[in-house]
Amino acid sequence: MTDAPNVGLLSLFLASILTSNILLANFLGTCSFISISKDFKSSMGLGIAVTLVIGITAAVCWVVLRYIIEPLGIEYLSFIIFIIVIAGVVQMLEMIIDRFSPALYMALGIFLPLITVNCAVLGVILFMQIRKYNFPQAVIFGFGSGAGWWLAIMLLASIRRKLDSNNAIPAGLKGTGITLITIGFMAMAFVGFSGMIAVQ
Amino acid sequence: MSASSKVFKDGLWYNNPIFVQVLGICSTLAVTNNLRNTLIMVLGVTFATSMGSLTLSALRELIPRKVRMIVQVLVLSFYVIIIDIVLRAYAPTISKQLGPYVGLIITNCILMGRAEAFAASNPPGLAFLDGLANGFGYGWVLLVIAVIREFLGFGSLFGFKIVGDGFTPWTIMVMAPSAFFLVAIALWIANNYKAKAEAAKKGAAAPAGAPGAPAPQKS
Repeated sequence: MTDAPNVGLLSLFLASILTSNILLANFLGTCSFISISKDFKSSMGLGIAVTLVIGITAAVCWVVLRYIIEPLGIEYLSFIIFIIVIAGVVQMLEMIIDRFSPALYMALGIFLPLITVNCAVLGVILFMQIRKYNFPQAVIFGFGSGAGWWLAIMLLASIRRKLDSNNAIPAGLKGTGITLITIGFMAMAFVGFSGMIAVQ
Repeated sequence: MSASSKVFKDGLWYNNPIFVQVLGICSTLAVTNNLRNTLIMVLGVTFATSMGSLTLSALRELIPRKVRMIVQVLVLSFYVIIIDIVLRAYAPTISKQLGPYVGLIITNCILMGRAEAFAASNPPGLAFLDGLANGFGYGWVLLVIAVIREFLGFGSLFGFKIVGDGFTPWTIMVMAPSAFFLVAIALWIANNYKAKAEAAKKGAAAPAGAPGAPAPQKS
């Protein structure tokens, strides 16, 4: 694990929010993105929950990868192990939030189980494994990707508030169709950032 | 209409995973700028969906409701690991190019969606067919998109150059935004076609998968 890529933490953080946004550049987490972004408040809740979960699981999975999977040479089982870790972290987080902040639990509770099967979480962890990040990089990459997802869903939810009441949209394109086109335009805008930071 | 042919028609068109259920556009969109990778991903998803549905349907009496979700994920990831190992052994370059997206088949919503909506309440044989049909229904849409993206983006199909040097590749087709646009356009065409077909047989019974309908509930 000495061959970690040589990138600064700040540029990695900004890159994972803007230039290689987990949703707009890598298409991860689109399913829940489209269905939840109908509602502004739920988007906020899910965004926070996803950011927390990705950040924490990235840290936990890095430790698991480094100290359990690699020494035992069981890389072929890594998908199953990561999935179990994600499910475990989500469950723990649910219990902790329920115990310490029932109000927050009421707001986030329904989203937490959904996150286990959100492809963005597993995607970030697999990217982390392939790119051989070291521990601080993994944590920053995790939180940055989550924040990027959060930013994207908030932007889309704000646009959709205006969009869904617009009658000029052709009937066949209403709902998912126009949402996808909007996401496409957002992706184009985010591609515009790519000259700023070049971290892959 | 027999049960199995209905399952097939539903998967391919009336309840197409992309057009009607709007599922699974997450990970696989990323590979549609290249026809060969798309084909591999589609085969992988079809294999995992059909075998996963078969297994989960066979086990459906044994799985306690509370831990159903985690059991589903574990069974599905078992099949995805098989795909990953096979790809690594026989197609190492493709496996490298696909990177994390092979592993991401696990969280492809189609797999979970079919396991939950169909395999949990149907016999194994029918569940297997349903997985197969949904895999194909998903596959043909993605292949059409991949043909457009690779042809306009690189001027080639399956990596073979088709047009001459005079052709200027559309860089946008290689990048992320075009995938969203093309899926939206495909959805638009499908919806219009459906609306027309519905208007044509007005008064007849509504088709199985009306747009916007929630997950299918078939007996």
